[in-house]
Amino acid sequence: MILPGPPVTGPIQGKFGDGLIFTNVDLVLNWARKSSLWPMTFGLACCAIEMMAAGGTRFDWDRFGMIPRGTPRQSDLMIVAGTVTLKMATRLKRLYEQMAEPKYVLSMGSCANNGGPYWRHGYHVLKGVDEVVPVDVYVPGCPPRPEALLYGVMKLQEMIMEDRVLRRRQPSLGSLAGAQMAPEAVK
Amino acid sequence: MTPQEIHDALKARFGEAILSFDEKALDPWALVKPEAIAEVAAFVKAEPALGFDNLMCLSAVDWPKETPPRLDVVYHLYSYKHDHTFVLKVQVPRDNPRVPTVEGTWGVANWHEREAFDLYGVVFDGHSDLRRILLPDDWQGHPLRKDWEDPELYNGMRVKPTPQMAERYAAGEKIGVGPFDFTPPNLPLEQS
Repeated sequence: MILPGPPVTGPIQGKFGDGLIFTNVDLVLNWARKSSLWPMTFGLACCAIEMMAAGGTRFDWDRFGMIPRGTPRQSDLMIVAGTVTLKMATRLKRLYEQMAEPKYVLSMGSCANNGGPYWRHGYHVLKGVDEVVPVDVYVPGCPPRPEALLYGVMKLQEMIMEDRVLRRRQPSLGSLAGAQMAPEAVK
Repeated sequence: MTPQEIHDALKARFGEAILSFDEKALDPWALVKPEAIAEVAAFVKAEPALGFDNLMCLSAVDWPKETPPRLDVVYHLYSYKHDHTFVLKVQVPRDNPRVPTVEGTWGVANWHEREAFDLYGVVFDGHSDLRRILLPDDWQGHPLRKDWEDPELYNGMRVKPTPQMAERYAAGEKIGVGPFDFTPPNLPLEQS
């Protein structure tokens, strides 16, 4: 395994065998996290079609180590792809809370970003999924093309690489900070 | 059978319960007294010459500005055997919309009537399980009525456009799609 990082020099250089490497914890953990993002399959509307296309052979997000996972317990990334109704928002919040940390949220498309075409007359639509869960990356479009989704995933990978695992100066990526929905709404 | 013949058969059987008939409409329709709709439904399905074995659609229409204000319930019928269609309508007062169920005639009416109840508040007397089908069980009101006003909050979630949307709009984000572009809530909608 060869990782980018500062070269190891000094007295210990060359003292150990080939089986030992030196690096820092942040780099290894962040590298491992960003390279196996397992998205929870959360297709809610037409954006899900583009999300499926991104997972298919033509765009193939398996290149990023992404495997769609049908359970929140074993997924790292929630791709909210589509219109979040108020009825679904309570379920979405519960599924998000079932995910193990670290967990990330990618809001895909206009509806999940800010309500989209339902911003005024949608009596049933949540005006942005960031009303109920903290969002790390917003992907604009109606719906976004698979390239845009993959670009959003790459942006998330960049953010993960900047995360400080042991010395957090501010709320980490994927924490519960920012969620606003009243607790009694989740029954 | 032509629509006129269907109407004549209904008129001969039910007489005064068939209030009017519009043959010129795209889908010719007959207006039925609300109390009689269940018997009319059973008749048009059982009568061999009519044979309406399929309820294609059951929908409701809100007319708040009519005098008196009313709700229509519309039944689109189709016969696979004879390949003809017909439409039945009933009109009920808006403040007390009660219609007998046709669930006993067409089983599909169960879900259709639940939808009309959910979104328009039409009460179907005799329905076996009249509760909401699309909206959450704790939802208040019937949002496809034309005097519907969005509540501020539903279970702690904002239903109207959020204050943050105005800030995000000012920051350059494009909100809405095509003809539904965002107008900041502090501006009257007519000015935009």
